[in-house]
Amino acid sequence: MTIELSINGKTRSVEAAPGTPLLWVIRDELNLTGTKFGCGVASCGACTVHMDGTPVRSCQTYIEDVEGAEITTIEAIEGKAAAAVQAAWRELDVVQCGYCQSGQIMQAVGLLTETPKPTDEDIDGYMAGNACRCATYQRIRAAIHVAAEKMEA
Amino acid sequence: MTVQTTRRGFLAGGLAAGAALVVGFTPKGALAAGHGGAEINPFVKVDADGTLTVVLKHFEMGQGTTTGLTTLVAEEMDADWDAVAIEFAPADDSKYANLFFGGQGTGGSTAIANSFMQYRQAGAAARAVLVAAAAKQWGVAESDITLEKGMLKSGDKTGHYGEFAAAAAEMTPPAEPVLKDASAFNLIGDARLPRKDSAAKTDGTATFAIDVRLPDMVYAVLLRSPKFGGKLTSFDASAAADIQGFVDARAIANGAGVAVYGTSTWAAISARDAITAEWDFSAAETRSTPDIEAEHIALLDTPTYEARPGATLADSTAALEGAAQVVEADFLLPHLAHAPMEPLNCTIEATENGVRVHDGCQFPTLTRPFVAGTLGLDPSQVEIVTVYAGGSFGRRANTVSDYHVEAALVFDALGRERPVKLVWTREDDLAGGFYRPMAAHRAKIGIDGDGNITGWDHRVAAQPIFKGTPFEAVIVHDGVDHGSVEGIADTPYNIPAFSVGLSDWTSPMPVLWWRSVGHSHTAFVKESLIDMAATAAGRDPIEFRLSLLGDDTNADHKRLRGVLELVAEKSGWGGDLPEGRGRGVAVHKSFNTYVAEVIEVSTNDGAVKIEKVTCAVDCGVAVNPDVIKAQMEGGVGYALGHVMRNQITMTDGVVDQANFPDYEPLRIYDIGSIDVHLVPSTEAPTGVGEPGVPPAGPALANAIAAATGTRVTKLPMWENGIEFA
Repeated sequence: MTIELSINGKTRSVEAAPGTPLLWVIRDELNLTGTKFGCGVASCGACTVHMDGTPVRSCQTYIEDVEGAEITTIEAIEGKAAAAVQAAWRELDVVQCGYCQSGQIMQAVGLLTETPKPTDEDIDGYMAGNACRCATYQRIRAAIHVAAEKMEA
Repeated sequence: MTVQTTRRGFLAGGLAAGAALVVGFTPKGALAAGHGGAEINPFVKVDADGTLTVVLKHFEMGQGTTTGLTTLVAEEMDADWDAVAIEFAPADDSKYANLFFGGQGTGGSTAIANSFMQYRQAGAAARAVLVAAAAKQWGVAESDITLEKGMLKSGDKTGHYGEFAAAAAEMTPPAEPVLKDASAFNLIGDARLPRKDSAAKTDGTATFAIDVRLPDMVYAVLLRSPKFGGKLTSFDASAAADIQGFVDARAIANGAGVAVYGTSTWAAISARDAITAEWDFSAAETRSTPDIEAEHIALLDTPTYEARPGATLADSTAALEGAAQVVEADFLLPHLAHAPMEPLNCTIEATENGVRVHDGCQFPTLTRPFVAGTLGLDPSQVEIVTVYAGGSFGRRANTVSDYHVEAALVFDALGRERPVKLVWTREDDLAGGFYRPMAAHRAKIGIDGDGNITGWDHRVAAQPIFKGTPFEAVIVHDGVDHGSVEGIADTPYNIPAFSVGLSDWTSPMPVLWWRSVGHSHTAFVKESLIDMAATAAGRDPIEFRLSLLGDDTNADHKRLRGVLELVAEKSGWGGDLPEGRGRGVAVHKSFNTYVAEVIEVSTNDGAVKIEKVTCAVDCGVAVNPDVIKAQMEGGVGYALGHVMRNQITMTDGVVDQANFPDYEPLRIYDIGSIDVHLVPSTEAPTGVGEPGVPPAGPALANAIAAATGTRVTKLPMWENGIEFA
């Protein structure tokens, strides 16, 4: 089937079988490789993108369900929360291997958009589905607090 | 892996590096026309615009080498940190060998340790020729030239590296370039030098191997035997014909499976799901985990090898006879997968002369000949392009280059023309073997009436990691695979009549080093037992450990005491705790680095919560203190996640765990805080990638014992009676 995909502010026509996860269209067809494959079963969050501004797992989002929605990937994320999160991530050197961090950042931007001043509990709850095998969690938590401060400034 | 890196060994390595400079830093002349820059030596490139590029012989899996190696060169060249560029070295043992291994490879927490002198010398050699070239051009004495933030200055003359690069590249550097005195360091030891890989890893632009895309490339997955050691007998791909994007399915030459090709990763995965295959399991692993556990425990009855010089089983048995009390226990630790976040993958394309491999390549010195051998090429015909690796924890370093060989077979089966990217799914990864071996331990510890240890009979049973590999000659001695007993047989603790016996368990299932190798199980058992002995003797766990480390002439004792005393201070050891809380401590030396950790837990209705981890580390000179802290934080987390809830089990030889829901990773809510402290040191730097791992598990077990009275001797904890909040 042919899908008109609205992604990162552009409309792209994509040919894919029904049931194809958005993840693989983004990566293999559109060559936006910042979005990562980690598990394929929505249990690690590495594939997180925004659908109409809300974080979703692109490995469990099917291509036929995204027509008409606005998809945003790490490559095109912008706005106050995104800028604050990326700056905070760099300031605290959150990353290690970095493979999960696109997803972590997409999720963190979602959190700060919903809850601009999160508590540790808010963070632990909202970020619970994003796994980091390098265990950068302590810095993720700290960086979200720093980003929240940057958004207030 | 274990590498012989005694202090003397380090010095010898340093001298060897110095001697190699005469050859290694020979200038290569100006680069190709149009580039305008120059390769000053194999580790240092300078562009015409002044950009300094540091060439990295070690890959980046998150451990911070892009920052660490670059720091060493930039320090000696007084570079402008933010402007320094990095690139990964090609595969070339002659220039880029790990000085501890002799071949190009990253592992054993050696990247900074083996490179510390070499990369500083490379920077100092580059600096020397740039200064000489500037002096000649400006007509001033070399001693009149200073460097600051990438600029050379003399009087009113200033110029960047690029202005002298071409001339410098034609000069012969001094055989022994002058290194900075530690008191003049600006970058080494900087508490918050920004990581070199942060920007690219926060905007989606960092290229990992799985992101490599080549013209006309096909994507592939491999249908493998569901049991280790099974061989393909037949397959039926007819049901895949209708899958959109399916290209072909072909048996690979070694009989290990069916390569399934698609125009996208999803097409290949979908097609594989539709293909059926028959297997010959006559040589396959068909046992189940309960039987495998029982076999390990039975092997403890009669150890095959004596693994600790200085005391035999007869000695410890005799010493235990007169003991006032005996502490004894069996321990069982499960098979574990590495599960790096980026699933294994490898892309191979044909070149005019051979092939090019795109990989987050951890061991080019092995990958090159293994890929060449698979394809009937000479190693010189195999080019390796190293890109970022999304974690490894040991998995990407591999004694048989398993996934590269698979990729070569998959590339071969399609005719060796189209570039092929082989991708493992998470299911492939968890069921794919190369696990941390299961390990069974048994100990009997004698304690006298004064609360002192009189003898220790310790036994280990595990599948050997190094036997039958290219590392066997170095690491296996008199039948003892050091990878099975490191951390216990060589413990610095002063313990009389301490014997360690070892038996090998064998299987067609491959095992591999896993972050901290043997220490990942020996430290858990040793530090749990020390706590049990301290409790039996009625002594404080830290005081008890310090009493076993009392020799002031022993450098290990002094440094282990150093981290223990620091962690005691920083954790508030001995201070009052609220009801239901407990603290546990563990200390361990691995990869020549000393780490002590204290974990504080709370309990609520029997559920354990890790509130606080305090860590003290002595790794010699701290090149990048914040990277060291990050590695300790990560090592603690990696260890605790697995100790709490991970295991690989099998039923009739088939792995039970399919994906992360069955191998639940550590999550953000699992640990309250991790607080890392560095022991100031002027000793040669040692590794930090692995040493944070070993003490974390036993510190948690000891904290749980302190808080609840329950002693964990079988892992993972949540399968064996411990509930976590």
